[in-house]
Amino acid sequence: MAEATTDNAKSMSIIVTKGTLDWAYPPFILATTAAAMDVDVTLFFTFYGLTLLKKDLDLQITPFGNAAMEMPMMGMHFKMPNIVNMIPGVDAACTTMMKNLIKKKGVASIEELREAAILSDVKIIACQMTLDLFEYKKEDLIDGVTLGGAATYMENALKSDINLYI
Amino acid sequence: MADQVLDAKGLNCPLPILKAKKALKAVPAGGTLEVLATDPGSAADFEAFCRTTGNELLESGNDGGVYRFLIKHVA
Repeated sequence: MAEATTDNAKSMSIIVTKGTLDWAYPPFILATTAAAMDVDVTLFFTFYGLTLLKKDLDLQITPFGNAAMEMPMMGMHFKMPNIVNMIPGVDAACTTMMKNLIKKKGVASIEELREAAILSDVKIIACQMTLDLFEYKKEDLIDGVTLGGAATYMENALKSDINLYI
Repeated sequence: MADQVLDAKGLNCPLPILKAKKALKAVPAGGTLEVLATDPGSAADFEAFCRTTGNELLESGNDGGVYRFLIKHVA
């Protein structure tokens, strides 16, 4: 067990609801950093967030409907008009671009952060209802995941100093 | 001279902190860890990390874009 799991340790819970490459970052960055600062962390993965627990991650990003997404390109910033996003392959190209940027700027991959979260004893709960709804099996998910529902989350949240919804 | 040196140059948030935490575990209590980083956010982050975890930030500096932190392992 981690040295953090003492009775007087601070605690944090995060409800993780989104599974795209960009939205995967905040929960994993906060969870791993909090764990490094001796905080007990519980992550509750529900709806599209559940896909972040699949054994093989294939995270994508889409600029569609995201007016704030500006990609740096040749010293400028490039915005994708929604209509261009209709062309097949645009999401894949954007995903590749983002992953290249991530690598170039020394930003951790989601796989790396997820591994770090597990190693630092972050408690991971997968929403049972989402599993049933989207027809996933527990075997589709990484090891070390606990299954639970809203009451399981609430029990954790009521004891936590910080509760976030991402 | 620090007991251990961690080269976190080229890494971005939150990797320098995560790697420093891991490295600190190998430093005996009272020992020191020197961290080198290029992430400009690390200056504020290592101060916050040390204040929160009870480890002591003995030195903090910036030499031509390379940030250097000397941390005493307390907690």
